[in-house]
Amino acid sequence: MIRFENVTKRFPDGTEALKDISLVLPTHELTAIIGPSGCGKTTLMKMINKLEKPTAGSIYIDDNPINGMDEVQLRRSIGYVIQRIGLFPHMTISDNVALVPKLLEWPKSKKEERVRELLELVGLDPEIYMDRYPLELSGGQQQRVGVVRALAGDPNIVLMDEPFSALDPISREQLQDELRNLQQTINKTIVFVTHDMDEALKIADSIIVMRDGQVEQVGTPQQLIDEPANEFVRNFIGVERINQKRTFGEKRLIEFLDLFVTDWAGDAEKISADATIENAFLQLDNSDQNYLAISKGGQVVAYANARDLLKAALVKETGVLA
Amino acid sequence: MRNFLDTLVNRQDMIISALLEHMYLSFVAVAIGIAIALPLGIVITRYRRYAEPIIGVTAIFQTIPSLALFGFLVPILGIGSPTALIALIIYALLPILRNTYAGIVGVDGSTIEAGRGMGMTRTQILRQIELPLALPFIMAGIRTATVLTVGIATLATFVGAGGLGDIIYRGLQSYNNSLVLAGALPVALLAIGFDQILKWIEKRATPKGLKT
Repeated sequence: MIRFENVTKRFPDGTEALKDISLVLPTHELTAIIGPSGCGKTTLMKMINKLEKPTAGSIYIDDNPINGMDEVQLRRSIGYVIQRIGLFPHMTISDNVALVPKLLEWPKSKKEERVRELLELVGLDPEIYMDRYPLELSGGQQQRVGVVRALAGDPNIVLMDEPFSALDPISREQLQDELRNLQQTINKTIVFVTHDMDEALKIADSIIVMRDGQVEQVGTPQQLIDEPANEFVRNFIGVERINQKRTFGEKRLIEFLDLFVTDWAGDAEKISADATIENAFLQLDNSDQNYLAISKGGQVVAYANARDLLKAALVKETGVLA
Repeated sequence: MRNFLDTLVNRQDMIISALLEHMYLSFVAVAIGIAIALPLGIVITRYRRYAEPIIGVTAIFQTIPSLALFGFLVPILGIGSPTALIALIIYALLPILRNTYAGIVGVDGSTIEAGRGMGMTRTQILRQIELPLALPFIMAGIRTATVLTVGIATLATFVGAGGLGDIIYRGLQSYNNSLVLAGALPVALLAIGFDQILKWIEKRATPKGLKT
């Protein structure tokens, strides 16, 4: 578990990169930190391995403050994958992967075994790739090596700084899938910085949305889509994407109020505008009434019957109704 | 031609001892030049504010005409090989210093950040990443310095430090063109020879993964 406690980062020129951030990143989960550029996401991540130091506040790993820890030792115990791959061009793939084990002074046989094991893990045949140099590999292959290099010392925590952003879309998708599968096997605490919402929604167990050095929302991908905390998060996720990711049944009555009638004199089943379409339909189906009285803030704002719900479904499907 | 060959045979002792002196001067100057400029080049990559002024100073040295520099040094240091060596070292500094600095600064920042993030110490980063990647540049600097030094060492004769310049000077004074050639040709061959050897080393020094 990684815990940030009132962490503030102020640069010498006075700009505040992080403003009093308190967060918990749970163990064995892939947490994505996302936000527009300059929001402080990378700074936040780099504090975990002390590449950046907080101006105020503390960071704990499993309740131990990292403040007093030796930074070199700490970094060797944390995997690190950087954006532009950062493989050492003058070292073979094998030497690159074995770098942290070498720093940790593992015996030679153990190092070699580890390299083989890791390359196989990402589908690179050790016999073919061990003695090659990074520039002889494709971008996707290089970043696979970058990822396993971070795992070589068997760290509990792995930090990834936009690791796939420099790759072409096809390799990127592949590596995202592979990372997802890999995480099932390795079960590390992964901190993944990205600016790509699709990527975050796809791979993360939980997502931290940041803006201007502050946390806007923390939640699972589903929670973010279902209940964006504010306008910023909603826009950042993108209305399109929210619509795509949610089925009609998961949408809320409130989104369709303008399709419903406002004048209905008969009896109606009361329901909150926040109810999902699915619940609304079930409630209507189980009641004797033909109409739902949709209330918002204690006031009935619209009425809908089964036909209105069907109309809403069609609007959702086609965007507009002639 | 006949004359020239005769000169070579008759004066071979003198030529060989001058050649050896010349090589000694060039070698020692380049070696000391490396010993100064290489560490200095590394240090100024750590304190980049000072890099430009320091490289600037060595560049100014470089612009002093070589004959003038030898002239300056005589009143201060007298005549003899130390004077010649100091002048030659001053000329060897710039190419090595500048290339060392440029080579290390040119190492991709993401590579260094990766090293730092994985827990390499500064010394480990220098020795395992920066120096190997900068080595081709450093070798190129040493090569330039060597060729330069072999040429300028011809002037060592004016401060009484010997070398092949002696033979050329003697030939000029006695209007003996064969003798001039007997001094000049070995200088040229020496420069070309060193250049080729260092070129080969430079190639070998290029990390395998960077060869295309």
